[in-house]
Amino acid sequence: MLSDTKASPAPPPEKPAEPGRLTRLFIALADVAAFVGRFFREALLPPYEFGEIVRQCYEVGYRSLLLISTTGFITGIVFTNQSRPSLSEFGATSWLHSLIAIAIVRALGPLVTALIAAGKVGSSIGAELGSMNVTEQIDAMEVSGTDPFKFLVVSRVLATSFTIPILTFYTIFVALIGAFVNVNSVEQTSFTSFMQEVFGAVTFLDIFASLFKSIFFGFTIGIVGCYKGFHSSKGTEGVGKAANAAVVTSMFLIFIEELIALQIIGALRGS
Amino acid sequence: MASEAVIVIENLRKSFGNLHVLRGVDLTVNQNENVVVLGRSGTGKSVLIKILVGLLKPDAGYVSVLGQEVEQLKGRDLNQFRQKVGFSFQNSALYDSMSIRENLEFPLVRNVRNLSRADIDRAVEEALDDVGLSQTINQMPSELSGGQRKRIGIARTLILKPEIMLYDEPTAGLDPITCIDINNLINEVKDRYKATSIIITHDLTCAKTTGDRVAMLLDGKFERVGTFDEVFADSDERVQQFYNYNFVN
Repeated sequence: MLSDTKASPAPPPEKPAEPGRLTRLFIALADVAAFVGRFFREALLPPYEFGEIVRQCYEVGYRSLLLISTTGFITGIVFTNQSRPSLSEFGATSWLHSLIAIAIVRALGPLVTALIAAGKVGSSIGAELGSMNVTEQIDAMEVSGTDPFKFLVVSRVLATSFTIPILTFYTIFVALIGAFVNVNSVEQTSFTSFMQEVFGAVTFLDIFASLFKSIFFGFTIGIVGCYKGFHSSKGTEGVGKAANAAVVTSMFLIFIEELIALQIIGALRGS
Repeated sequence: MASEAVIVIENLRKSFGNLHVLRGVDLTVNQNENVVVLGRSGTGKSVLIKILVGLLKPDAGYVSVLGQEVEQLKGRDLNQFRQKVGFSFQNSALYDSMSIRENLEFPLVRNVRNLSRADIDRAVEEALDDVGLSQTINQMPSELSGGQRKRIGIARTLILKPEIMLYDEPTAGLDPITCIDINNLINEVKDRYKATSIIITHDLTCAKTTGDRVAMLLDGKFERVGTFDEVFADSDERVQQFYNYNFVN
């Protein structure tokens, strides 16, 4: 039977006025904090997505190897080539190997790896999750009884936090090879003596500092990419913006973290 | 026909900023009944079914599905509830990075424990058989046509044998022949799975073919609810405009 419900018009509930710019900034910061907090909560609570984490480690790590290798190798060559003339001007070319070691292990290795990964992995995560958001794949995952945050976000952030440090040490190694190629072309130094000088110049603190920095860099790349992708606006334009914002924001944060790490490590060294 | 109410919606309200989409929606859907929700684009039809599965929170009102108040469900309870409700998305929402087999396996392996490989394969093949697309099992979603994607999307929800099916614009963007196939599939799902369905559409052929009842969403409320003929016998200009656009123009 036909039912006519026309007779009961009720006024819609009143909505509060639109928040101002400063309020919106605080709302956004609170939103980011909630996102990060949720990551830690979901990462610690079962069930754990081991299969997806391993798959993401493969995606982040193995598929970045060629780019990281090339960039690291060139960084080693260029840095060595550019440093030599300045040192020889002061008659200090004997410090070249130590300078290379310290610069690559302390700063260039972690920074180059993080920036390359922010460009390749961060944009990829932002675009993938943004695209999934736009095409309702995240909603589909949710209604099929799977927690998309745990499956998509936690696995990716853990994968970047775990894989970027490994890639960093790989970059350091490849950059040192590049540096050696350049050194060897000028000085005829053997690989063994070059490496002895390199390892003589770096300390455990340098290595641990690089390790911890790269864990933070990896976490930043993962969480920023996921946040931007998860919160992308609807439409294909939103996907592009999410990918772009993931790269720009994570690169900016990586430099801020590098600056903070520099202060902390400096304090630890007592310098 | 069974008359047990499985979906009860009372005075449901939802706004986005200053846009008041749902302004006091009331609807009851009985077991094994197909209810078609008709309305113009942007009137809140999809919002309504997203509230039914807990993807969106209502501003006010009462929503009960299968005897459970959806807004109160959280965590594991919400996940278990969602396994009983199939949701066919407007754009199918197939996972791009997975093959059709993996798409269909996904809800099954993540929700049903202790399944053997043979059990999973059997369930996937059965679901694909139901939608007549067994040959696509190893293809990627990007290799399928729009109609095929819709049917695979429905197959993915059927694999968990849901008690309720929610279809969001099942025939949107499809050619007339494929629309007929989809309409037939919706009716087959009702008969074979004894499922209760809400079908969101603005396609009156789909509404007439699949709906036991039609609910017309106008100005954020169900202004007309009844059989297809009852609703469109109404002289309300907005209802007649809708009818004429589909069948006269």
